[in-house]
Amino acid sequence: MTHRAYAVLTALVCLLFASGAYADQPRPWQMGLQEAATPIMHEIRWFEQYTLWFIVPITLFVLLLLIIVVMKFRAGANPVPSKTSHNTAIEVVWTVGPVLILLFLAIPSFNLLTAQLTLPQTPDLTLKATATQWQWNYEYQMENPVAFDSYLLKDEDRASLGKEDKAVYPRLLAVDNEMVVPVNKVVRLLVTAAPTDVIHAFAMPAFGVKIDAVPGRLNETWFKAEREGLYYGQCSELCGKDHAYMPIAIRVVAQDKYDAWIAAAGSDLQGANKNLMAAADGNKAVDVAAND
Amino acid sequence: MAGPSAHDHHAHGTAHDDHHDHAHKPLGFFTRWFLSTNHKDIGTLYLIFAIIAGIIGGGLSIAMRAELQEPGIQIFHGLASLVYGFEGDAAIDGGKHMFNVFTTAHALIMIFFMVMPALIGGFANWMVPIMIGAPDMAFPRMNNISFWLIVPAFLLLLLSMFVEGPAGAYGVGGGWTLYPPFSTTGMPGPAVDLAIFAIHVSGASSILGAINFITTILNMRAPGMTLHKMPLFAWAVLITAFLLLLSLPVLAGGITMLLTDRNFSTAFFSPEGGGDPILYQHLFWFFGHPEVYILILPGFGIVSHIIATFSRKPVFGYLGMAYAMVAIGAVGFIVWAHHMYTVGMSLDTQRYFVFATMVIAVPTGVKIFSWIATMWGGSISFRTPMIWAIGFIFLFTVGGVTGVQLANAGLDRSLHDTYYVVAHFHYVLSLGAVFAIFAAWYYWFPKMFGYMYSEKLGNLHFWVMFIGVNLVFFPQHFLGLAGMPRRYIDYPDAFAGWNYVSSLGSYVAGFGVLIFLYTVYDAFAKKRVAGNNPWGDGATTLEWQLSSPPPFHQWEQLPRIK
Repeated sequence: MTHRAYAVLTALVCLLFASGAYADQPRPWQMGLQEAATPIMHEIRWFEQYTLWFIVPITLFVLLLLIIVVMKFRAGANPVPSKTSHNTAIEVVWTVGPVLILLFLAIPSFNLLTAQLTLPQTPDLTLKATATQWQWNYEYQMENPVAFDSYLLKDEDRASLGKEDKAVYPRLLAVDNEMVVPVNKVVRLLVTAAPTDVIHAFAMPAFGVKIDAVPGRLNETWFKAEREGLYYGQCSELCGKDHAYMPIAIRVVAQDKYDAWIAAAGSDLQGANKNLMAAADGNKAVDVAAND
Repeated sequence: MAGPSAHDHHAHGTAHDDHHDHAHKPLGFFTRWFLSTNHKDIGTLYLIFAIIAGIIGGGLSIAMRAELQEPGIQIFHGLASLVYGFEGDAAIDGGKHMFNVFTTAHALIMIFFMVMPALIGGFANWMVPIMIGAPDMAFPRMNNISFWLIVPAFLLLLLSMFVEGPAGAYGVGGGWTLYPPFSTTGMPGPAVDLAIFAIHVSGASSILGAINFITTILNMRAPGMTLHKMPLFAWAVLITAFLLLLSLPVLAGGITMLLTDRNFSTAFFSPEGGGDPILYQHLFWFFGHPEVYILILPGFGIVSHIIATFSRKPVFGYLGMAYAMVAIGAVGFIVWAHHMYTVGMSLDTQRYFVFATMVIAVPTGVKIFSWIATMWGGSISFRTPMIWAIGFIFLFTVGGVTGVQLANAGLDRSLHDTYYVVAHFHYVLSLGAVFAIFAAWYYWFPKMFGYMYSEKLGNLHFWVMFIGVNLVFFPQHFLGLAGMPRRYIDYPDAFAGWNYVSSLGSYVAGFGVLIFLYTVYDAFAKKRVAGNNPWGDGATTLEWQLSSPPPFHQWEQLPRIK
């Protein structure tokens, strides 16, 4: 019973906060994909809905046929079975029909795939994410590279880092140091694992990004976050006992805030993060007001 | 060598020349069950083995669902201290790894030691020789060693759970795929070697079985039974055997390279020595994808028989059904990298695998529609096997259409390694292959053991299982869409709701297994005599012309097929 009460409570809390500002992490009883924060994720969400328009009717059609068969051709209703065992026309129909349906699926599918794997322009920023058992390291590839580790947020650090609000910094998703990127900019992400480590995977559901971090291999992906906010993902390739404990968090901020953060982050990461959070909190009040 | 071979000749002499005498002198218990060369006895051994392995593998999954019932770590730190003697924080770490050991063992047991032994070792061994009008398998003694290899393989796998894997922890926690470098440098202890050895031995067992089935089916069909008159279950097993024969050696090669990487300083898969971890994934899935068809194809054959029997109609589109399976088997070999869309393959490679994977939906659709067309116009009686078979068709369709979604690399980007994939493959395996196994069990139980099960209990078993497994796996679609990764011992609190539902479902399904066991007990206790053919004139394959249970050796006079 406590679970139920707990779940209902969480759902209510979630509804209260569901103003869009927090739509960047999974929600209780969620049944679909996370809200999109990049153009690619918009396409993925569209394509997922689109496939449902085929697969749900097909499943219901099979169910309907089964119901008809069960009602109409049970021994009581139809004591003498027919002897039909061939019908070339219908066999051709149910072979060619699925081929056509697959063509309808394949064309947008290939478009989506091509868009995902094609960098749209020269990237505005290149970042390298390196996975190790069990944390991420983010390196900003620029003249004076900035690099830092990102670990799961420990409960005892919540107060000192100003991350006590569990709705914003949820258990198992929040980290000590988030990756920070500017909004509406094409970010190229290079992903790998430490040379003698195991395979991990960088995943950011709201961005439609998932790419393996393989030792000895440099994988490339990209994203263009179109709204500010804090986004969460989790390691998505079994990597050992703490596989569930190496989340990924990306803070998307306005260009000017990013510029201020990156300028300070090299020398004082904690200070830069605190300033950024203060600025973002101020901004959020404005955002919420605007949404109303 | 001389001893057994002489004995072999002697045994054959008795069986062929003096069968009458043989039948009246029952074999001793040890001779009959441990030295068996009889396909029916070996089939029974396989079925008993599969039931035991299934209970162990199912128990592991219920333990995992119990852990995942709520966020946080509830039971595995306790289990770890109970089993391995960890204390305090070490128990938490030990428990985290133990959860991964459970996911790994659950998969390996269910695939290699439950579904394959049940469908291929059990039902195919029992029924294929009878159905094609053969007295036994082509190589009866090889059949025996196939079985007696799988027992030590299973014991090796169980043993691996109790020896060191990663430093300071026990068992293999790398998933059934055993991806390096986690399975090499990530877990240096001997547990992984034991698990690899277990897979090697069970693979050898399967390859021997496959050779046996191919030889039997191609050479020992009764006069007049051309391939195009052969029952669909025999077709399914023939295709399955070819898939095994072609794919397992690749797995054996891959895991041998793992072994040498681990123990003899080779660097096939280690980047610091010039190797490539992704190479292993290609080798593994070149086996792994045909493997999932190995698990389901015999089920396809079984469902065809059951649907035809209880509709009192011949299978609709027999040739289409047979060649759909051939097509699924063939195309199954060229789609493997759809398991690897996120490893960083080029655009063209991903396009190819999307295209090839979608093609499989076509022959699969042919099968679904042909089963329904078989029922159409029939006179259907809803005996227990038929209910399981109809359940199979619907649930396999659900698993099939989510497979079509996952085939699209663009969408799989979001769903790869989430619970959506877990839901998908359990719909086709746990609700597909396992439903086919139960359908086959109830269909052939009267034939194999001579007794009738209780229809009431069989029905109850079906409905409890149907509700249970759907409760387990349907909510996992939602978890996957929301982004919950698989193989997680703990999850963000937002995922709590559907995980709770899923866990409740697993208890219901577990209760269903208890009903199954009771149904078996009830059938043997009540001893309702089944008769040669309890299913009536819809049951046309050769096994229904024999007594129930069939004689120790059947078809001494080969049947002639018109």
